[in-house]
Amino acid sequence: MTQFIDIAALDDIPPQGARVVKTPVGCIAVFRTADDQLFALDDRCPHKGGPLSEGIVHGTSVTCPLHAWVFDLNTGQAQGADDGQVRTYAVRSEAGRVLLDAAFLARRSAA
Amino acid sequence: MKQKLVVIGAGMASGRMLETIFDAGGNFDVTLFNAEPRGNYNRLMLSPVLSGEKTYAQIVTHDADWYAAHGVDCRFGEPVVKIDRENRVVYSNAGGVPYDALVIATGSAPFIVPVPGKDLPGVVAYRDLEDTNAMISASAPGAKAVVIGGGLLGLEAAAGMAARGAEVTVIHLMGHLMERQLDPAAGYLLQKDLESRGIRIHCKGATKAILGTDRVEAVLLEDGTVYPADLVCMAVGIRPEVRLANDAHLEVGRGITVNDQMRTSDPAIFALGECVEHDKQLFGLVAPLYDQAKVLAATLLGQDVAFRPVQTATKLKVTGVDLFSAADFAEAPGREDIVFRDPGRGVYKRLILEGDRLLGAVMYGDTADGSWFFDLIKQGKDITDLRDTLIFGPAFAGGASANPLAAVAALPPEAEICGCNGVCKGKILTAIEGGANTLDMVRSATKASASCGTCTGLVEQVMALTLGDGFTANANPPMCKCTDHTHEDVRRLIKSMGLKSIPAVMQELGWKTVGGCASCRPALNYYLIADWPTEYADDRQSRFVNERNHGNIQKDGTYSVVPRMWGGVTTPAELRAIADAADRYAVPMVKVTGGQRIDLLGVKKEDLPAIWSDLNAAGMVSGHAYAKGLRTVKTCVGTEFCRFGTQDSTGLGIKLEKLLWGSWTPAKVKLGVSGCPRNCAEATCKDIGVVCVDSGYEISVAGAAGMDVRETEFLCKVTTEAEVMEVIAAFTQLYRENARYLHRIYKWVAKVGLDWCRTQVEDEVIRRALYDRFMLSQSVYQIDPWAEHAAKPADWAPVADLTIRAAE
Ligand SMILES: Cc1cc2nc3c(=O)[nH]c(=O)nc-3n(C[C@H](O)[C@H](O)[C@H](O)COP(=O)(O)OP(=O)(O)OC[C@H]3O[C@@H](n4cnc5c(N)ncnc54)[C@H](O)[C@@H]3O)c2cc1C
Ligand code: SF4
Repeated sequence: MTQFIDIAALDDIPPQGARVVKTPVGCIAVFRTADDQLFALDDRCPHKGGPLSEGIVHGTSVTCPLHAWVFDLNTGQAQGADDGQVRTYAVRSEAGRVLLDAAFLARRSAA
Repeated sequence: MKQKLVVIGAGMASGRMLETIFDAGGNFDVTLFNAEPRGNYNRLMLSPVLSGEKTYAQIVTHDADWYAAHGVDCRFGEPVVKIDRENRVVYSNAGGVPYDALVIATGSAPFIVPVPGKDLPGVVAYRDLEDTNAMISASAPGAKAVVIGGGLLGLEAAAGMAARGAEVTVIHLMGHLMERQLDPAAGYLLQKDLESRGIRIHCKGATKAILGTDRVEAVLLEDGTVYPADLVCMAVGIRPEVRLANDAHLEVGRGITVNDQMRTSDPAIFALGECVEHDKQLFGLVAPLYDQAKVLAATLLGQDVAFRPVQTATKLKVTGVDLFSAADFAEAPGREDIVFRDPGRGVYKRLILEGDRLLGAVMYGDTADGSWFFDLIKQGKDITDLRDTLIFGPAFAGGASANPLAAVAALPPEAEICGCNGVCKGKILTAIEGGANTLDMVRSATKASASCGTCTGLVEQVMALTLGDGFTANANPPMCKCTDHTHEDVRRLIKSMGLKSIPAVMQELGWKTVGGCASCRPALNYYLIADWPTEYADDRQSRFVNERNHGNIQKDGTYSVVPRMWGGVTTPAELRAIADAADRYAVPMVKVTGGQRIDLLGVKKEDLPAIWSDLNAAGMVSGHAYAKGLRTVKTCVGTEFCRFGTQDSTGLGIKLEKLLWGSWTPAKVKLGVSGCPRNCAEATCKDIGVVCVDSGYEISVAGAAGMDVRETEFLCKVTTEAEVMEVIAAFTQLYRENARYLHRIYKWVAKVGLDWCRTQVEDEVIRRALYDRFMLSQSVYQIDPWAEHAAKPADWAPVADLTIRAAE
């Protein structure tokens, strides 16, 4: 079940940039593309744990700042020859606010 | 009606064959099956992908557009399971496809040593992208990998994983590495070289078992040695992939038997590549396979051509390892050796002669003359007259003087330059005469250096010899995969077309991606800043993390903070403020840098604004220790305190730093000012150095003390401090306006030449104009980023904290 919660104003996130949301399961990076699409992924590169939120956002991809792995923001899948996947979360914008699906928190507390 | 051509296997050989057919205008309905879920790519280049020097995208040889353009029906990820010869239909699990002509190009399968544990997860071969990716993901620093097999493939696998930080052990059955290509002496040098990279080599090691319960844990040898392993790569050899041919009852020896026209025992079926046997011979390198591809293309087009295998030469594709081996080097009665060793340089060369002919060559450490020798071998030339100086190569043959290009200049037109594609020097010369003046053009005209790439240097030397000053090696690669333009082109077009934003550049220059990539965006941002200081606004999102966050990101995601200390001079008050800040923010390490600064390491991102504002309050600004910009001016104490000092080097250094700080440059810029030629500030290995003498100031540039170490070169001498400042600002601006992004000053000077730089800064009018443009840029960019960002601390913290919500 999805459960969207308001985490920030859209303008808090720079276009072609990201901001971090702290959660009990680790940090989540919320990305905003040049054309205002939003994506949320674990803020941890599966390679060496680099903070993806600090990567350069290009198109709907982000390049990890530590060793330049490139991830597709849609799927969290590493691109090119690199192999790895980052967990993704549902996120959307509504009336200038950013809403993140926090179902993962509920699952955790139910467990 | 169009003939139906079905091809099984999209590998190196079949790719080349199809290309040759289409280039010749051949008209077939082609169906291409491949067991791998992808089309043709350059298998040789898996090694650079493994080591991280290339990406998979860079080694694809035929893309979807190419197949579409030639109407190829691609069945990738669809292995053929059966050939029905009677009805001329091949079957995959998805159904049958009829053929008029069938080509089997299934390559070979890695040989797996039949030891217990060989099927455990974590045991891979080295053949395709899946294997490569498995090794890449298993190669985290500290991970342990064992490679079984010390031949060409095994060593490339080992070097690639080691380059990614894994601890690698190579187990090799024979007494020395690559025994099929190298003699023991060269094998030893190779072993030493690899060991110095941290790779452990165990020769004469026979694998007894692979141990582990759920996945591999270790490898056990017959002698009882156990090597722990998170991954085991078996690279002990290959077997021609002949299963389909066997099932179809074609004639098969060790490989599928083919005649000179590459036809199998069934006249409608052809085969080529590693899966075939021709005249009792198997093939494991691409050069002869490409010849087979040409022959088979001709056969299918109805021409009569015969395949004749050529001798092959081998190189190992491990960056920094230089070895070459050609033809026959085994010792035998009646054979003589000429050997040359230079232990200091780790050079070994051995020529094997029989009578008046050269039979083979093995070289290690210096392989520049390899193709000259290989040519003598292939031509079967009488070397009696050359014999005395033969080992020293073409530079000495006939007494010519040593010249770096001599080896290539001496090659006859029929000498082979590119072994993979069998391209001779003459063909390259013809292409150059036909107008090919870049490496890419020569590549597309001749295919020279287009496969494994190890001959790129040679091709460039042939070009340099022919084109003279008109050719600069390596000038050609495009900026990145987003564009076909080089950095130089882009810089020129930004100015000539008046492009003043990143989207404008991408649009007008036809970028192939939506928002560029992490490689071109920072470069474009820099070019625009440098060219339009007052019109373009810096795009923070196009900066690398360090420049975006004004600190060097550390491997754990924390940052370093370095306050500026003008000329390396500080005060007790500043030191106290730094100490207080280090205490307040629990800084894990305080370190003095090589550039005479203090580095606070391990600061959390959300603490940055606060620590900056504390340091600001004590009068300090950012030291830009993270910037492609002015870093530091290192000084000695000069006339103020030193008895040898000739000028106030400290004072001058401070003035220079106050002039230059805040400027963005293509790569970092470090200065040094020494008070006398004793040079305590090490000014002569800086990007720009000043050495004071009694009569004035000697300015030198283009030093380096990093990956490359080099001494600065003398630029000019001036008599006043004011002149020093003007010359250095002008020179810096010249660099800012002309160099390619990420090129340090020494790299840029090597390209444009110091003489040119000197004429620019010595011309009073040009110098003044450069200086003025520099100062205009400084009027915008000489700002303290700390003050700017410390004002908005909220931007540096998480935008939301859900840990609290969950606790509720
Ligand atoms: C890591 C590595 C480095 C190398 N380096 C060099 C080098 O530096 N120099 C050099 O000369 N050589 C090198 N080689 C060897 C060279 O790559 C091979 O000689 C060459 O690729 C063989 O070409 P091929 O077309 O015969 O087979 P391949 O390129 O192997 O292609 C065969 C294709 O057929 C497919 N296939 C197999 N069975 C079926 C089926 N039943 N149905 C459909 N498809 C099938 C396979 O999936 C494969 O894609 C290297 C090889 C490797 C693995
Ligand atoms: S470089 Fe010369 S002036 Fe400077 S400290 Fe050394 S000896 Fe003294």
